[in-house]
Amino acid sequence: MTVYISGILIACGLFFFLVGSIGMIRLPDFYSRLHAAGIIDTMGLLLSMSGLAILVLNEITLGNFLSALKIIFIVVFVFLTSPTATHAIVDAGIRAGLKPWQKNNI
Amino acid sequence: MDNLILYSSIVLSLLMAIPLYRAVMGPTVLDRFMGVNSIGTQTTVLLIMIGFLYKRVDMFIDIALAYALLNFIAVLAASRYFHKRKGLTEEMESQDS
Amino acid sequence: MKTQQRIITFCLTFSILFLFWVIFSGKLDIFHISLGVFSCLLVSWVTSDLLIVTSDIPRFIRLFIGFILYIPWLIWQIVLSTIHMLPIIFSPDINNKINPKIIKIRSKMRDNVGLVTFANSITLTPGTITVALNMYGDMAVHAIDDECADSLPGDMGKKVETLFRE
Repeated sequence: MTVYISGILIACGLFFFLVGSIGMIRLPDFYSRLHAAGIIDTMGLLLSMSGLAILVLNEITLGNFLSALKIIFIVVFVFLTSPTATHAIVDAGIRAGLKPWQKNNI
Repeated sequence: MDNLILYSSIVLSLLMAIPLYRAVMGPTVLDRFMGVNSIGTQTTVLLIMIGFLYKRVDMFIDIALAYALLNFIAVLAASRYFHKRKGLTEEMESQDS
Repeated sequence: MKTQQRIITFCLTFSILFLFWVIFSGKLDIFHISLGVFSCLLVSWVTSDLLIVTSDIPRFIRLFIGFILYIPWLIWQIVLSTIHMLPIIFSPDINNKINPKIIKIRSKMRDNVGLVTFANSITLTPGTITVALNMYGDMAVHAIDDECADSLPGDMGKKVETLFRE
């Protein structure tokens, strides 16, 4: 039973990885592409990591429980550091003078 | 269960080619940073899947945690290095001339 | 009073560090536990004034519990805005569908940790990215869409302000 739940969660995570990757290709501008990279960093990582954590807990021992806890810590860590990395890249772009893409100056 | 993880990791490694295109062909340096950051996030998931395939999840989780930390530090250091640098966004034009 | 507060801060830092040692080590024999006690004592002796900077310990504990309760709501907001981003990315005429712009919003908070939490929450939801933030509460936000731009500061600002009130 847990195998099916984790399989569905991992498949949803891979689908959101695909969505973010396609967005990174198709969007017209650097600042817009960062939104698609945000989907990869939040939704895809959250869903696939929770699927893997449920798969670890298939047989419950102390070591497996600690492994699942560590997987959740990886998600918490990426959720703390990903906005900082995004802000560092955006700040470098703004200070270097890269203009955002506007709709009406095509 | 092993087949599920095996096919998921194959699909994930194929998906990593799309940010790699952005990292190789990106118009500016910042696009390359963004592609490398996304590849690092997907590698964190891929490392845990490799741990399932080798039946050593407890060891590969530590490697994945260290990889997430290194990914963050690398992007932060690289974007600080290119801070206020002239020619960051005019890379293609300067190569043409 | 000063030494008593320092002792409380030291004990809190040591217990948090030792909890993380046990989770990341996973070995519960006497050798690894004693090694962990020694290194956690050393680290918390050096850095006992870095992790907990506030002098108000009950407010710190109340903030911690409120922050734990804030995380599921934030994850639900991330799911909602990701579903909002899906038809934008898969639409065939993508350049007409998006309307990127930089908007300026103000927050009434003066707490630095609260402002950083608000800015990180805005960046974590796909569709909005915080570009700049100063300590008086002025923010510049890059939004990809009119709907994303109209949803700020909205519910998220109210939630964070009630969480970080004095």
